[in-house]
Parts: sequence; C-alpha cells; structure tokens
Amino acid sequence: MITLKLDGREVRAKKGQTILEVATENGIRIPTLCYLEGLSPKGTCRVCMVEIANRNGKLVPACVTPVEEGLEVITRSERLTRLRRTIVEMLFLERNHICAFCVSNGHCELQDLAVELGMDHVTFPYRYPGLAMDLSHDDFGLDHNRCVVCGRCVRACSEVEGAFTWGFTGRGIDTAVATDLGIPWGLSETCTSCGKCVQACPTGALFERGMATAAQVKSPEIIREVTERRPRVF
Amino acid sequence: MKAFAERKILLSNVGLIDPERIDDYLERGGYGGLRAALERTPADVVEELKESGLRGRGGAGFPTGIKWEFVLKSRGKTRYVVCNADEGEPGTFKDRVLMEGDPHRLIEGMAICGYAVGARRGFIYVRGEYALSIRRLERAISQARERGFLGRGILGSDFSFDIEVRAGAGAYVCGEETALLESMEGKRGWPRIRPPFPADHGFRGRPTVVNNVETLANVPEIVRRGAAWYRTLGTADSPGTKLYPLSGALTRTGLVEAEMGIPLRTLIFDLGGGPPEGRELKGVLVGGAAGAFLAPDELDIPMDFGSLRRIGAILGSGAVLAFDDTACVVDLLGSVLSFFAHESCGQCTPCRVGTAVLVDLLARVRSGNGDASVLDAMRRVTEVMEVASLCPLGQSVGLPVGTALEKFRGEFESHLKRGPCPRCEAATEVHA
Repeated sequence: MITLKLDGREVRAKKGQTILEVATENGIRIPTLCYLEGLSPKGTCRVCMVEIANRNGKLVPACVTPVEEGLEVITRSERLTRLRRTIVEMLFLERNHICAFCVSNGHCELQDLAVELGMDHVTFPYRYPGLAMDLSHDDFGLDHNRCVVCGRCVRACSEVEGAFTWGFTGRGIDTAVATDLGIPWGLSETCTSCGKCVQACPTGALFERGMATAAQVKSPEIIREVTERRPRVF
Repeated sequence: MKAFAERKILLSNVGLIDPERIDDYLERGGYGGLRAALERTPADVVEELKESGLRGRGGAGFPTGIKWEFVLKSRGKTRYVVCNADEGEPGTFKDRVLMEGDPHRLIEGMAICGYAVGARRGFIYVRGEYALSIRRLERAISQARERGFLGRGILGSDFSFDIEVRAGAGAYVCGEETALLESMEGKRGWPRIRPPFPADHGFRGRPTVVNNVETLANVPEIVRRGAAWYRTLGTADSPGTKLYPLSGALTRTGLVEAEMGIPLRTLIFDLGGGPPEGRELKGVLVGGAAGAFLAPDELDIPMDFGSLRRIGAILGSGAVLAFDDTACVVDLLGSVLSFFAHESCGQCTPCRVGTAVLVDLLARVRSGNGDASVLDAMRRVTEVMEVASLCPLGQSVGLPVGTALEKFRGEFESHLKRGPCPRCEAATEVHA
C-alpha cells in the first residue's frame, strides 16, 4: 500500500494505480475528456492536469500518472481551473462547436466541461475550419467539425472491438480521425458496424444517423461493461 | 581570462580525411577508443563517462554517464543503443557535418556505448533528408564490419554489436526521443508519456540508450584520453568542446568547434566575423527555433548549459542565428511560429491548438489588427503550453515567444499601431 495526499487529505492506494483512479475511489472528481474507463489512458487532452505540491508545483496528467509514496496532489485550485478552462477554450475554438445545432446538445462531455469550469466565452480567435462530414456509412455519421481528437473512437475500435478501423491522419492542427487508410467510412472493409466508437465519442462528432438536434444520448459506460470481465491488457 | 578560439576535437578529421575510407580514420588513431574500452570492464567505461562530465548534446544536457548507468543496471538482457541523428532544429547542421565528414567516429562511439551498457544492437535514426549522411554511414558500417569493429566477436573479444541505419520521414517531432522510438517501431511519431523513460522502457519496451550524434562522437576521445583530460576542456558545469552552427547575418557562417563556455560575442565577432559591413547586429536566436532571443547587450554570456540556463535561455543544439538591423523580429517570430505549427504532432491539446492560435495571433500583430491584448493573449497561450504540453516541443515554444516579446516589445507594439513594416511585406513574398 502507498500513502499519499489528495488535496491535503491522506489516502491509501495500491501500487500501480493512477492518481485519477485513487481520486475517483475517494470521491474526488477530476475533470477528464480523453479518458474513458475500459480504454487505455493516453493523457493527451490535458484536461485532467493536477499539481504535485511537493515537486515544485509540477503539473501531470492524472489519468496516466501512477501514485507514489508521499505524493502531495492538488486536484483543484484557481491555477488548475484557469488552466483547464483555457484548454477547453482551445478545444472550442479549434473547430465548429455550435451546440444549438448539435445532435449531442445536452449530452456532450465538452459542453459539460465548459459548464463545470465556467468557460462561458472564448478569449482567442476562433479558427472556423471548413471541414467535411462523412455520411457514407448506413448507420452512423462523422462530423469532423465537432471532433476534439481525443482518440476514444480509435481506442474503442482497436482495444475493445479489435477491428482497427479508426486511426489518425494528418498532423498538428490538421490531425483528424480516419477510417481504414482514409477511405469513406461506408466503404471500410474492416468496420463491423458495432457502434462502439459512437458510444465512446464524448461529443456529437460520431452519431447515429437520423438523430435530431439534442437527440443523441450516448452510453460510453458500455465500454467499461464490455471490458470489465476481460483480463486487463494494458 | 581564458582566450577562446576554435578547438577541434570532434572536427579534427573533418575535411582532412576521406570519409569513405576507413584507413584514413585508422591512420589518425581511429577505433583506438574502442580497443581501449574492450580492455576494461563495461562498468569501468561507464564510470569514465560519468567522471568526464559529458552532457547530452541533443539539447537537454542530461549527463551521459548517468544515462548509460541506468541502462547498464537495468533488468532484462536485450538492450539497445539508439543514435538520434534526426537533426531538425532550425539553424542546426552539426550532426550532419560529423556524419558526412567523419562517420566512423560516430560508429566507434556507438560500439563503445554498446559494450558499456550491454547492448548488441544499435540503430542510427537519421533525418530522411540527409541522403549523403545515410550513404556515408552505411558505407562506413559495412567497412567497420569487414575490419571486425562491428559484428560478432569484435576485435577478438566476446563482445558482439551491429548497427542499422533507419531513415526518418520528415517530422521534427521525431527528434524527440520517445517519438523517435515510436517511429522506429513503425508507429505514428507521437511522443510517449514519460516516465517511463527510454532507459528502462525504450525501443520495443527494452532498456535503451538514446544519444545525440555529437554526444556519441565525444565518446572515443574520452575513453582513449581519459576523463581527466576531457575535464581540462570547457567549464566545470559543461566539460568538453561544443559544435556551434553559425548562421544568419554574419560575415562567416558555418560550423565551428570551441570549448564550452566561449562567450557568444567571441563566436559572433571573432569566429563569425560579425555582421556584414555597414550593418549592425540587432539580436541573436540561440539554441534553435526552440531557443531564446538575446539582445546585443547579452553577448558576453558564456555558451554552456548552466550559464544560458541562468539567464532563462538554453544552449539547445548550440545553434547561433544572428540577425541585423535589416531584420524584423515580428517577421522572425512569425517564421518560428509557422514552423512549430507545421511540426506539432497533434497529439495533445495545448500544442496542437496553441501553435495554430499563435500563428493567428501573430498575423494580427503583423497586420496591425488589434492592440496590446493580442500580445497578452500570446503569452496566455504559451503559459499553458509550457506547463501542460505533453512533450518538449510544445513546452519550449514559450521561450522564443517570451524572449522576443520581452526584448523587442517596441517592435511588436509599432506593428500593432502601424501595420506591417516594409521588411514584413518583403518577407511575406519570400515565405510564400
């Protein structure tokens, strides 16, 4: 067992657990976005950054940082809220997140984060990229304008379904998810149409076709339910 | 006061030998370091490196001997030596000169490293555009094999080691060691979360030494002549010599080697010949695009790891890019920011979006579209990038932005007031 401090409170943890897991067990919420229970954590969205008080205030992503004996973790502070808010601002300005027209309005993790962090407006220039949609699949659709490049679809597809349909293409601000080697989703020969990517997606980027505005409710917890009886592979 | 001039150790063969003939290298004492290493225990060689105080020349300045010791003491029998030759830092061309001009020095350094840490295989990950480096390295490797400096039972010992060259595919971020390892494994060049560090979880999850070309090129001389000799060069904090690529508004640009701690002024005015006639030095970008802008009143700074760190700059690759009074700092920073936006891997939010936002904000400054709040917004972006980016690429963008805004603030303000300067307008055509 390891003893560490979360926001000043002494807690005990098992070796190998992450800061996020220990915080969750102890009823402390740390905001996340690219993290999804059942998938390997990647630490890339940087929303779950926490401060290590006894390492000069160094910031680390809670979802991938293992606990250590004596660690003093701060999960909430003015500094962290400001930081997380700016990161969420960046996600909003990056593409075209128009909640009022979105199938996921009211059921969106990005929107929830903005509310939680008090991000009521964006203080940097919007980018307004002109991105295409992929509506070639019979059952599902992809709208890059609403994607936050969290990669949950990519991991759900490879780690849970084992289809390896989803991947990334491009780099920098042009990074995007793609099916097979960039062919339209509907032409993919590897896609099993299982829909796990859609359920794993935190925003309205992946959706079931035929949904009206605000009608797309997701069940990301199915990823945990499908995987919890499997041996842990990561 | 120490008098500084060129001091060639790493470059002692460059230009004097035929890099495609191993005999030229051997005639000048080549592979003597490897021979000496094989007569000692691996732990002894690591100890020599630790005592030498050699620090990594890739930019971070981590003590090489300590890195080797991690790998030597790691569990698991399969270990690797990876040479980071993905030289992509703007204004940097030192590793290229070593690989093109004296490839055997690198091979010898890697073989010594392999012996010291218990690795049997080495890889050189070379920037894809360096076609001549790749060709010369491959030729040198096959010559070294023929002569028994690589392969099974090197020089009659029971130590076996071989080297393979891998070409990069044109991504700056693959110069970051964990992205490099991902790329070598055939994956997207996305940096890994650290820890674990490559020393215990490197190539294919095995303990791996990742060293820069210049770092490894130091090794043969250290082993041959000893740590005490090495420490007579440079400073206590940064022993040895350093390769400094000089570029920009100088009379003599090119690569020079001098002892660590040489003042920037000596590099610029004595070795670089100062700015072209009739022009005045306006500033210097030190350490590459991810480095710091320095003003003319900072030229007495010694060019070593510790001294630059103390003034909030970095030695980085050692690159020195001088610019004169005809240059526009807004335009220069624009080039730097476009570079980072192009090279960001896209994995983490602060860098992927931050680099793009900075380009947009700088365009506003350049065109005079905004007020001082645009400059504040730039700082807010880089503050988040510095602390929250996943890898050093995003973390370091704040340095050129911060130092440019601090030291040349007037120039940014005058653009905000009056729009693009003539220099900006001319440069726009060049960049396009």
